[in-house]
Amino acid sequence: MEGFAQSFAWMAWTWQTATFFATIILILIGMTVWETVSPSGERLGVLRITTTRGDRLFISLLGAAYIHLAWLGLIGPDVPLYWATLISFVYALGVFRWV
Amino acid sequence: MDKPFNNRAWFLVLPVFALVAFSAILPLMTVVNYSVQDTFGSNVFFWAGTDWYVQLLNSERFHQALGRQLMFSAIVLIIQIPLGVVIALCMPRKGWGVPVCLVLMALPLLIPWNVVGTIWQVFGRGDIGLLGYTLNRMGFSYNYVNDVGDAWLTIIAMDVWHWTSLVVLLAYAGLRSIPEAYYHAAQIDGASRWSVFRLIQLPKMKHVLIIAVLLRFMDSFMIYTEPFVLTGGGPGNSTTFLSIDLVKLALGQFDLGPAAAMSIVYFLVILLLSWVFYTVMTNDPDRQGGAA
Repeated sequence: MEGFAQSFAWMAWTWQTATFFATIILILIGMTVWETVSPSGERLGVLRITTTRGDRLFISLLGAAYIHLAWLGLIGPDVPLYWATLISFVYALGVFRWV
Repeated sequence: MDKPFNNRAWFLVLPVFALVAFSAILPLMTVVNYSVQDTFGSNVFFWAGTDWYVQLLNSERFHQALGRQLMFSAIVLIIQIPLGVVIALCMPRKGWGVPVCLVLMALPLLIPWNVVGTIWQVFGRGDIGLLGYTLNRMGFSYNYVNDVGDAWLTIIAMDVWHWTSLVVLLAYAGLRSIPEAYYHAAQIDGASRWSVFRLIQLPKMKHVLIIAVLLRFMDSFMIYTEPFVLTGGGPGNSTTFLSIDLVKLALGQFDLGPAAAMSIVYFLVILLLSWVFYTVMTNDPDRQGGAA
């Protein structure tokens, strides 16, 4: 196990980034299971674009990245970043509900 | 529920996925790891949190480089896509002219980026370059080393010369796939040349043009070698695009943390704009989807 960890030491892992990527992988696995259990089709949402469930996840993740960047650029690090994460979560819920 | 797809076919993608994981996903993860840390070498890292992102997002230098990069891509797309389509329309559809045109069009694409930069560097020189010398003899004060406008014009002309052929070849492939019956029907209806283009050729070229726009956007947004060889980012910083700035930061100053943060933001901009282009160009609001 230690040898395995050593072989990826060059990637300069931190527990924070490992948690981030683990969350992304878990979301992808979750979405795959969800799609297998309850398959979805395309739908036309408020943006007038047809999206699948995967598209909506992509839009949510991309939007979340921009929300975090906007938070850091406009508000700064003095106000905790988890507020941006909360906004992203609400945004993702909106995307999955209406887009 | 009818299922036209067999999901087991996804296993066939596994080798490509493994290849992409090693060539793209793992390096990208490493860049994310670097972007929240600082290093002074020897693979020793210190936690920096979001500092590099905050610094980058408030940096005038970054804003200017991003603006230049966006402007360059916009100009290149506005010129190359219509020009490529017009040239493709003018190319012969049969006879000996077809292979001649195809070879001529493919030639610029075969030349390596740094060679293209060098060709234009010499071509634009006022003392020995054909372009520079001719323009100066005609009375224009052309000097791409000192003049910002001349530098931009030269870089754009160079990119148009190098890459319009790609659009031409893609558009030509789209045109060749249109069955003759469409043209015969248009002829019988007495359709004008413009109507044939608007109602037959353009819709049939739509998919290849989407590919052309995406390829040209991504490529122009990541352009590095040609402007670096031609102007080195100057005069001043007037042609320092994001990629040039990134290399200066990462390899020139060896600031891996800020460079990694810049790479991530750069990547997100490309991802967003490519998605917007793709969605807008492939979206058909008349096509109703099923329930989610």
